[in-house]
Amino acid sequence: MIWLNVIVSGVLLGGFYALFACGLSLMFGVMKIINLAHGDMAVVAGYTAVFLVPKFHLPEVWSFVVVVPIFALLGYVVQRTLFQKSIDRDPFTTLLVTFGLSVVIENLLLEIYTANAQSINIGSLIAKSWQVNNTIYVSYLSLTVLIVSVVVLAALQLFLSKTSTGRQIRAVSDDREAAQLCGTNYRHIFGIASSLAFATVALAGIAFGMYTSLAPTSGGVNLLFAFETVVIGGIGSLWGTLVGGILLGIAQQFGAHFNEQYTVLAGNLLLLLVLAIRPQGLFGKQVVMS
Amino acid sequence: MSDPAPTSTGSHRLAVANLTIHHGQLRAVDDVSLSVGASEVLAIIGANGAGKSTLLRTIAGLHTPTSGSITYEGEEISGLRTFRRVRRGISLVPEGRRLFPSLTLEENIQVGAQKAAAGPFSIDAVYELFAWMPGRRRQRVGQLSGGEQQAVAIARALVANPTVLMIDEVSLGLAPIVIERIYEFLPTIVAEGIAVLLVEQDVSQALAVATRVHCLLEGKTSLVGSPNELGPGAIESAYFGTTHSPSPEEST
Amino acid sequence: MSVEDLTPVDQSITVKRNQIPVAYTVGGAVALAAFLTWAPWILPASDVTILMNFFILVIMATMWNLLAGYAGMVSIGQQGFIGLGAYATLYFAIKGMDPFVAIPLAVAVCAVIAFPVTFLLFRLRGGYFAVATWVVADSAMLIIGSIAFFGGGTGHYLPGLTNLSFKVLNHDTYLAAWFVALVVVVATYILLRSRLGLVLSSVRDNEVASRSSGAKVTSTRRTVFIVAAAGCGAAGAVLAISQPFIQLGNEFNLQWAAEMLFASMIGGLGTIEGPILGCVIFFVLQQSLQNYGAWYLIIFGALAVGVAIWQPRGIWGFVRDTLHFELLPVGYRVSGPAVTGETRSATGPRQRLRRSRKTSGLTDESP
Repeated sequence: MIWLNVIVSGVLLGGFYALFACGLSLMFGVMKIINLAHGDMAVVAGYTAVFLVPKFHLPEVWSFVVVVPIFALLGYVVQRTLFQKSIDRDPFTTLLVTFGLSVVIENLLLEIYTANAQSINIGSLIAKSWQVNNTIYVSYLSLTVLIVSVVVLAALQLFLSKTSTGRQIRAVSDDREAAQLCGTNYRHIFGIASSLAFATVALAGIAFGMYTSLAPTSGGVNLLFAFETVVIGGIGSLWGTLVGGILLGIAQQFGAHFNEQYTVLAGNLLLLLVLAIRPQGLFGKQVVMS
Repeated sequence: MSDPAPTSTGSHRLAVANLTIHHGQLRAVDDVSLSVGASEVLAIIGANGAGKSTLLRTIAGLHTPTSGSITYEGEEISGLRTFRRVRRGISLVPEGRRLFPSLTLEENIQVGAQKAAAGPFSIDAVYELFAWMPGRRRQRVGQLSGGEQQAVAIARALVANPTVLMIDEVSLGLAPIVIERIYEFLPTIVAEGIAVLLVEQDVSQALAVATRVHCLLEGKTSLVGSPNELGPGAIESAYFGTTHSPSPEEST
Repeated sequence: MSVEDLTPVDQSITVKRNQIPVAYTVGGAVALAAFLTWAPWILPASDVTILMNFFILVIMATMWNLLAGYAGMVSIGQQGFIGLGAYATLYFAIKGMDPFVAIPLAVAVCAVIAFPVTFLLFRLRGGYFAVATWVVADSAMLIIGSIAFFGGGTGHYLPGLTNLSFKVLNHDTYLAAWFVALVVVVATYILLRSRLGLVLSSVRDNEVASRSSGAKVTSTRRTVFIVAAAGCGAAGAVLAISQPFIQLGNEFNLQWAAEMLFASMIGGLGTIEGPILGCVIFFVLQQSLQNYGAWYLIIFGALAVGVAIWQPRGIWGFVRDTLHFELLPVGYRVSGPAVTGETRSATGPRQRLRRSRKTSGLTDESP
């Protein structure tokens, strides 16, 4: 029964991780870059929800309605300006720029808001749990997040397969030059991909802020989980991200079962194992191997 | 060597003047000028590394020339990004086909059609032209044969309804029969008034379809003329850079 | 055909390594070295501490530059080896060894650990490699943190230093930092002027050609990674001695990665002088803004981002390429009128970065 609890908790965590990861996966698939500031964007979204949204007299639990569209726009703008300039140079530059951005953001948050963790007030409704039996509890929030992540992934998948812009995104991912030759403005497509990435990670950040808390340095661990999810699930596959997230969640809960300290380590070890045995991940289409 | 006077269709649709293109420190194309007008087929021939693909890619916008100009319908376009040139009406079928591997046949063509101009080549029209396509439209393009992939690549460029169609190395890696089948569509394309710029390794194939031929040797123009005017000896020496004395039957 | 018929080689082309006569470079270096060695007796203790921290950062930045600027491997996990070096020193000190004597042992430990790690990491490239280095560092921290012997989450005092007076400890730690930094920089310089440096340059220009001409690319990269790990281990060992309360959060701090990366970028990637210059700028910034919390790091980071986009060669790279001035050259200078009419360094590390120019943005040229 205890193992069932591990699995259930892991699956629920998977929803969070999948939301964190799908943006990272998208950006890498389309633009071949890893945004090292990805995790920090989630934190900034959470902080925006805590500090700025209440000024508009909106209950914090509905903050995502305001924050997610803002971040979608932010993603487009940052991509077309800062990231595009880095991409125009080389992937090396992009790594350095996103890393620099990450450090700057974290320290700015630290300076402005101190090192204290912040969490988002979700009100009494969602804070409840559903008691399945005497060992398994399913919090309404986690279940909601899992459902939301499945819906978001499905919507993204539909968008990519059925719409003209989605087709162009896939075309640009396959072969950027050939897509240009078909009349695609690839910079605009990059912007859309970033926009989607920022929007989903903002949602993930707010969800996480409701579930636990966010601190200026949380960005690193968010990136870590997103990265691990993408690698385990496989690059280039959206549903792979969900599976990867669930597996990561289960591994972490498994580790936590023995010792709280082993939570993150268990996930790291799973990642290193996947890298050693099957580097393209479970459902991977692209490979980042040498 | 300069091009002959403009064709009877009026001003050149696409013209390139004194174009020089570098690849790093290598001068890939050296002071080349050419032009092509409506319903014309200009074949660019030359040995490997002669600069043919670089020339086409630069006209398409994927490469920046060092000097010279590229004009379309009389307007300078060297400052335009690739996607804008496509939307103006210049399409390139790139070397190696470059289809989108994770997209189906139909999706590949749909991507080509997304900002299509008005014109005869709708997706349905293209499906009529290549009758085998509709039945296989949901197949991944990786499952198609080389010749079929080449046809899809051409179809993808056609559905944008270009006024200038550039095709790079159609025959690469394809059997002669397949190449012939592909070239069977050229008259249909030309009949719609499209100007065709063709890079072709196979010289005899080029001579068979072209209205004019432009030969490049190490980036420079070595020979220009119509297939009727040019004898095989002249072409051979222009292609390989050997000296040539005209034989009796070549003097016109 | 006789020898006389052969066309003579153009005598006007010369190939040299150094631009400034060696006598000046060596003379200046000796004078500077003498000053730095006698610093503890000349300067006040607080300045000595600053210089000591400067040298620790120089070690880290030089190693990061070796990895990223010369071998093209961007790592954000070097803090893992800094931490391992610190904790190895702690281990040997707890076992009764003099911590200063433990430094080379800590270096060896890091080198030994780095070797198998490469087999895992080298399966990845680019951004995935970078994040994986961080995962490895993070895992190292978590593993060490779970071992009670090392004090777990709270930390552990480094034994073996209490019998020294503050002044002597200050001097000795400074000299250790200075000596290790000197060894590391000189060793890097020698390494890059050697065959290994040549392989790295050739890989930078064209990896396929390099492999096919027999250069052992992977083993060269492996060597560089191990050297960088060892160097960071040395930095960690000295760090442990300089701040004897050993704590996970300090030794494995991602901030080390940020500092070494920013210093190398701003100073000049792919040059030996660059990281040193970057460290100087860092300390100037940190000292001037020390009452303003983390702002020095924010500014330093923003500066690094700006440099990456607009001047990727960094300050020293700019000096070297534009003013053709090098103190510690690792390439060759080919000069002569026949060579494009101007004198330039013929080879140099990070060629791709130097030639990497922004595309005009007007057309869609792929970089």
